[in-house]
Amino acid sequence: MPDTRPDPDALLARVHSEDEQSRRARLKVYFGASAGVGKTYAMLVEAHARRKSGADVVVGLVETHGRAETAALLEGLPQLPRRSAEHRGAVLAEFDLDAALARRPGLVLVDELAHTNAPGSRHRKRWQDVLELLDAGIDVCTTLNVQHVESLIDVVAQVTGVSVRETVPDSVLDRADEVELVDLPPDDLLQRLREGKVYTGEQAGRALEGFFRKGNLIALRELALRQTAQRVDAQMESYRRAAGIAEPWAVRERILVCVGEADRGLRLIRAARRFAVALKAEWIVAHVETPGQVRESRAERDALVDVLGLAEDLGAETVILAGLRVPDELLHFARDRHVSRVIVGKPRRAAWLAWWPGMLVSRLVRAGEELDVHVIAGDDGGDPPRRARAPATPPAWRGYLGVLPVVIASTLLAWVMQPHFSLGNLTMIYLLGVTVAAVAFGRGPAIFASVLSVIVFDVAFVPPRFQFAVADTEYLVTFAVMLVVAIVIGTLTARTRDQAQAARARERRTAALFQMSRDLSVGRTVPQLVESAVARIHDVFDARAVVLRPGAHGRLAAVGDPGELFAGGDHELGVAQWAFDHAQPAGLGTDTLPASRALHLPLRASGRTLGVLSVQPAEAERITGPDRLQMLQAFANQTAVALEREQFAEQAERARVDAEAERARNALLSSVSHDLRTPLAVITGAATGLRDAGSGMPEDTRRELAETIAEEASRLNRLVGNLLDMTRLESGALAIRREWHSAEEVIGGAIERVARHAPGRDIRFACDPALPLVALDDVLFAQAITHLLENALQYAPSAAPLEVTATRAGESLRVEVADRGPGFAEGEEERVFEKFYRGAGGAGRRGTGLGLAICRGIVEAHGGHVSAAARPGGGAVLRIDVPLGGEPPAIERGPEESESGGERA
Amino acid sequence: MTEAHAPLLLVIEDDPAIQRFLRAGLGSQGYRHVESVTAADGLAQAATRSPELVLLDLGLPDLDGIEVVRRLREWSTVPILVLSARGQEQDKILALDAGADDYVTKPFAMGELLARVRVALRHRDLALAGTEPGVLEVDELVIDLARRRVAVGGREVKLTPIEYRLLAELARHAGRVLTHAQLLREVWGPGYSQQRHYVRVYMAQLRHKLENDPTLPRWLLTEPGVGYRLRDA
Repeated sequence: MPDTRPDPDALLARVHSEDEQSRRARLKVYFGASAGVGKTYAMLVEAHARRKSGADVVVGLVETHGRAETAALLEGLPQLPRRSAEHRGAVLAEFDLDAALARRPGLVLVDELAHTNAPGSRHRKRWQDVLELLDAGIDVCTTLNVQHVESLIDVVAQVTGVSVRETVPDSVLDRADEVELVDLPPDDLLQRLREGKVYTGEQAGRALEGFFRKGNLIALRELALRQTAQRVDAQMESYRRAAGIAEPWAVRERILVCVGEADRGLRLIRAARRFAVALKAEWIVAHVETPGQVRESRAERDALVDVLGLAEDLGAETVILAGLRVPDELLHFARDRHVSRVIVGKPRRAAWLAWWPGMLVSRLVRAGEELDVHVIAGDDGGDPPRRARAPATPPAWRGYLGVLPVVIASTLLAWVMQPHFSLGNLTMIYLLGVTVAAVAFGRGPAIFASVLSVIVFDVAFVPPRFQFAVADTEYLVTFAVMLVVAIVIGTLTARTRDQAQAARARERRTAALFQMSRDLSVGRTVPQLVESAVARIHDVFDARAVVLRPGAHGRLAAVGDPGELFAGGDHELGVAQWAFDHAQPAGLGTDTLPASRALHLPLRASGRTLGVLSVQPAEAERITGPDRLQMLQAFANQTAVALEREQFAEQAERARVDAEAERARNALLSSVSHDLRTPLAVITGAATGLRDAGSGMPEDTRRELAETIAEEASRLNRLVGNLLDMTRLESGALAIRREWHSAEEVIGGAIERVARHAPGRDIRFACDPALPLVALDDVLFAQAITHLLENALQYAPSAAPLEVTATRAGESLRVEVADRGPGFAEGEEERVFEKFYRGAGGAGRRGTGLGLAICRGIVEAHGGHVSAAARPGGGAVLRIDVPLGGEPPAIERGPEESESGGERA
Repeated sequence: MTEAHAPLLLVIEDDPAIQRFLRAGLGSQGYRHVESVTAADGLAQAATRSPELVLLDLGLPDLDGIEVVRRLREWSTVPILVLSARGQEQDKILALDAGADDYVTKPFAMGELLARVRVALRHRDLALAGTEPGVLEVDELVIDLARRRVAVGGREVKLTPIEYRLLAELARHAGRVLTHAQLLREVWGPGYSQQRHYVRVYMAQLRHKLENDPTLPRWLLTEPGVGYRLRDA
């Protein structure tokens, strides 16, 4: 029994997509076969209905084309004022995107989705405006004719003979939440046209003769119906999947489209798209860059950019592969990506040359046994730019001139040899010359050399001498051989040179990328990362780069020196901000605000936009062109990944610190609540006892209770003091006030105060009399010593003396507290200075476990360190080392102040 | 000590609990006292009731305690005993330099407070009488201020002039704390107020000459972060 339960993942995806749909703005497209079917009319009718039901509807832009019915419907709908744009003297009224964004209506009507905006607008195309509205969460209603759908324009051109320039990518139509077909039978449409309801006056007549022929209209209507049906089909399938209706398990197809070598037609792409849609397949458009392409002209490069751009607009993935042989690269890639079908353009060359591009097809067919290979007719609209050989280096004419000395030298040599050798051998000399010319100067000059050689040879050596007449057919063979040798060697040389050049170019790119990734992996802070990225981009693209990162409220600000790029007002920053907000490239060389001075690439990693890379090239060509753009994109990606890594590292560090703090807090809370409650319980008990018993209590008991209260209160006081100190130490709020102190006084004072509270304990202090003054904070340092002493008193038996020594150890003051306690358990030396650590012997002892941690905090704040060790003979030694702090200041002493010359008292 | 002649103490302290136990503690020793919970009221009471000693909390709600000391000192020489919390060493120094006579750190034992009160009152009485003690004796340490002689256990000790001036200054204020700044001004002169290490070096010298164990002094006591005190008899 087949499992008809819906796949949970798919269900989840559907829930997500429904969720997203309920949140995201809705796009509704009124779709028609041609102008005049009533799309705008239908849209306005709906607008009125929506307005009546309370929606905030605004007319962004509606073209009435002078149609009275449509104009009447505009009444009663609020309209946004249009933006006037001047272009070549004409004032054009354009849709005002910013006004719509600022107004933020619930629904905005924008007519004619395929419209091309006036130059200087933010976007080239109106559909880009619409996408931005949708991104901003504003619902949009719009209209579209079938002939403007990108993937259909070839078909439309075939049917109607009209090639359409204004197109809308299919992906936009796919994005639409609702596509409503506005249908009108051709006869009715023609009737409306004749009645002047579509075009007025003379226009109507011209329209009837031209585009609006019945045949055209029927074909367009079919296209529109089919397009809509396809969409409905897709919806049906998605519904069936969701409803768990069983269907045969279909292998998802993947189609690879090759553009480049034989054909780079836009038409190929459109055909492939239709193919892919029909098969419901993913499709990838690949271009293979071979060494030969390094010589391609700019026009060819631009054409390639257009083709790849179109493919992306139509929903394809695009890749540029690099390799020596096109078929090998394609096959390799196809296997890597589990491609099932390959589409190539039909070879377009003359029949006798077809063997070469044909090799692509035949090799694909032969080697790719598992692949279906489809050959599709290539571009027939307009010749693609001829493969213009870029000027070879050195320039061609120099090569041709360079041939002359070679031929002259061959002639001289042949002249010298002439008496001794046959003519046949002399031709060998010329052949040698031609070979040299081919290797040195390439194919053209080599052919020239062979022609020249034949002429000179004929004139100089072949009888009748000094006449140009080829009497002997024998020398035709010589000529032919020379020519072939010239062509073959010249071609090979040129190819080798090109390959070397291509290899060098690739090498440079790879090296630059490698260098970049190495720089970025070394950088540890954001400014470092940014600096190396900017430097690398400057080296490779000769461009100024600035990295912008979002600050408060997502406003971008430059990291480091922004240079003069953002000096000229807010314009460039605005473009960068747009690129950041929409996570799309903007500015120079893109479709969005192409008049900018710089290209702004969003720095994206893991689906988040971390900032913007703004690149201002010295010349625009430096960063346009597919490989350069891709490389720049790669740089941007690397930078983004590095920035992300940095962010992750920061986050991880923060999380670690947080977890640590959390752990400490918990330990503190449990410890504190216990340690605070115990003395409080004692105090409460004793105090209430005193209060309630009154005079009936014996004097001794009263005294004892009062004593207990005092002791517990002082313990509580110490505890609170420790907590405060620890908090201050950890928050960094503890200011160290260094002054020049005598160690003897500071340590002695601490010992004195501890001893006061520990009567009967023997604390001995030995201080090196040669110790200089030490720069330290006496109050805090005394506290550190106090904690050491209290710790020792707690752990050591009361009979044995506590020995404190202060000595000089190099440039440090060393204080040691030695006891005869139980010492340390294995490995405990490392841990005694940790917060809340209580020694094994300390169980049941009173104390917060904070004392030694505070001691360490204070000592480290002084730039010193603490350590613990076992004491020879049993017990423990806790040691403090703090830097002396340099040379203490001198003291002026009068002559009578010297030790010997004291005043007699 | 009869009611009429019992010294009048003004307690300026905003915490009722502390007021309460001070009332009990001071009353049991026979002192009369008046209470203020704000600085403004305290200053007014100081002017109208002419107390013989002021106990002043540094953390008052309406005015900084140091400012209260300054205002009192503008017109009065009444001894001021400051009550302050631990960790406020800088405030203590400021208060002492502004003219306060001594301080007690909270929480304090009643006995400690009463001892400070007694010292402050004694110094006030001496100042009123216009006489200086001629000879100060603390255990075996004898300081003869009139004849400029110092002896420990009957044995004379040689001191340099500065050592002597330092010890004499402490002796004149025996039992009271003196800040580094006060000692520097009195012993070295006004130009030395920043050279606190001078005091420390000379105190060390004094201890080595006078104290039995200079590391654990019995008479020349250090008040960490604040200054020095010669133990009272």
